Amino acid sequence: MADTVRASAVRESAAPGLPGRVREGLRAYGLIAVMWIRSTMAYRASFVLTTFTNFAVTGLDFIAILLMFSSVDALGGFSLPEIAFLYGLSSLAFGLADLLIGSMERLGRRVRDGTLDTLLVRPAPVLAQVAADRFALRRLGRVTQGALVLGYALTTLDIDWTGPKLLLMPVMVVSGGAIFCSVFVAGAAFQFVAQDASEVQNAFTYGGATLLQYPPAVFAQDLVRGVTFVLPLAFVNWLPASYVLGRPYPLDLPRWVAFASPLVAVACCALAGVAWRVGLRSYRSTGS
Amino acid sequence: MTGSESGFIELDGVEKVFEVRKKTGFMKRERRRVRAVDSISFRVARGEMVGYIGPNGAGKSTTIKMLTGILTPSAGRLRVAGIDPSRDRRRLAHRIGVVFGQRTTLWWDLPLVDSYRLMHRMYRIPDARYRENLDRLVELLDLGELLDVPVRQLSLGQRMRGDIAAALLHDPEVLYLDEPTIGLDVVSKARVREFLRELNAERGTTVLLTTHDLQDIEQLCKRVMVIDHGRLMYDGPLAGLHEAGESERTLVVDLERELPPIEAPAPARVVRVDGPRQWLAFPAAESAAPLVARIAAEYPLVDLSVREPDIEAVIAKMYAEQADRAVS
Repeated sequence: MADTVRASAVRESAAPGLPGRVREGLRAYGLIAVMWIRSTMAYRASFVLTTFTNFAVTGLDFIAILLMFSSVDALGGFSLPEIAFLYGLSSLAFGLADLLIGSMERLGRRVRDGTLDTLLVRPAPVLAQVAADRFALRRLGRVTQGALVLGYALTTLDIDWTGPKLLLMPVMVVSGGAIFCSVFVAGAAFQFVAQDASEVQNAFTYGGATLLQYPPAVFAQDLVRGVTFVLPLAFVNWLPASYVLGRPYPLDLPRWVAFASPLVAVACCALAGVAWRVGLRSYRSTGS
Repeated sequence: MTGSESGFIELDGVEKVFEVRKKTGFMKRERRRVRAVDSISFRVARGEMVGYIGPNGAGKSTTIKMLTGILTPSAGRLRVAGIDPSRDRRRLAHRIGVVFGQRTTLWWDLPLVDSYRLMHRMYRIPDARYRENLDRLVELLDLGELLDVPVRQLSLGQRMRGDIAAALLHDPEVLYLDEPTIGLDVVSKARVREFLRELNAERGTTVLLTTHDLQDIEQLCKRVMVIDHGRLMYDGPLAGLHEAGESERTLVVDLERELPPIEAPAPARVVRVDGPRQWLAFPAAESAAPLVARIAAEYPLVDLSVREPDIEAVIAKMYAEQADRAVS
């Protein structure tokens, strides 16, 4: 009996409110991610191979840029090291988001085959469980590759470092990662309604990351407006990187927007959170 | 305690309406409302063991999903241990165990015990309690030798036992089983049933199970609820169900060639002929052996099989009887 009392005391201790939920979610995420890492390690050779492949395949994007520069000296007014700077930041931010919650694009499949139900009977937030689903360390390949290209850019470029510019570097990577995470979450939320929408989601996530590897000047103004004001990917690297590189801003935006990335990231995450709740609620009322 | 005497599980006029969109052409969709569960009310007392049966698409799974908090009811009142499942899903999760017969929750590539360790931490089960429960479940479900085996190497029956143990580590007060014996061989079925009986008797765990296998019900449940077209058709002892639908078994025989219907001793009779294959119905209570011997002696028999009465047949008979009663 004493055991039962203690057990229920522990059970009720889960703190209510948003901070409590976040803590619970992170805990569940950690528990599940570790299980996936251990599952992967059951096939060590395969893990090494897929990690290397991930590194190599994602690197092909940069090889493509290198090939272009064998015949031109600048792209959209940017030199090779400057493009590498954009590329590295985009890959790093996207790579981190992909590493952390990239498997959320599989949600539609879980809805279709009914395995989402097995997550709904667990005492942990569903978002955390879905985010940790199929956690794959091989995705470090993209992160590593992005970091290497960024390293190359930083050693080659002659940037006049100031306090704000230095501060902007980590802020950019973290905010960028958060913005991409919110795209993953919102895309997954949409899959509650349209279960075969993972390709649409890929267009925004992988497509967006590739877009950001090139300077804004090479794209049509309307597209640039779209990724600034509608789906604010421009805040991942274009705007803050323009500040660091001392380049003119796209769309003649004011100078301070370079520092708006964290705010944009917070807003995106909040919106994605709302979308997730709506999606999950619709699933629980329709069952499909 | 929160669960009042009247019922541990309580449903009052619970409904679930789905809006189904069907493609009727390019970009054209037709909306249709489907009443998957239609005003169901019942109570299950603490420690009861109830069979919940019905044909595919009758509303069984939908009911279970509402009871576990996966789905929100469209109307009506629903309580499990005093908790409203859809509102307090995660609090309820600590008090219920769920086994989905066809979807394992075990970790495919990891040793069985790793899945249990995850449950230990996810449900925050106190260490001593976890060890005690694991030891007991390992003993009762005979999992000792399997703990260190990767789940992908387990047989279907072993995996089902593993899944049942995983659902019980946190001492749930109620266990939902969705088709727990589906696809299992006879020995595995018997073992699972034996375990459920002991669990119910020793721990007083309330058990609600859905199944297609009438034998599950016969051997486990004193009380049966039959659902069809979203409505509760029957709620009472199993004996009453048998009365409602006097069941027959079917003998399927493959002959060497096409022949006129087999002349079988009454009450056995041929109900269907399709080329060299014939179907014979005979009372479920009788042995098939004399019938088989007779046919084997007089006809060129190639192969045969016996089919148990299925729930669909029993329910079909129930309908017929109800119609009769309505007429008289």
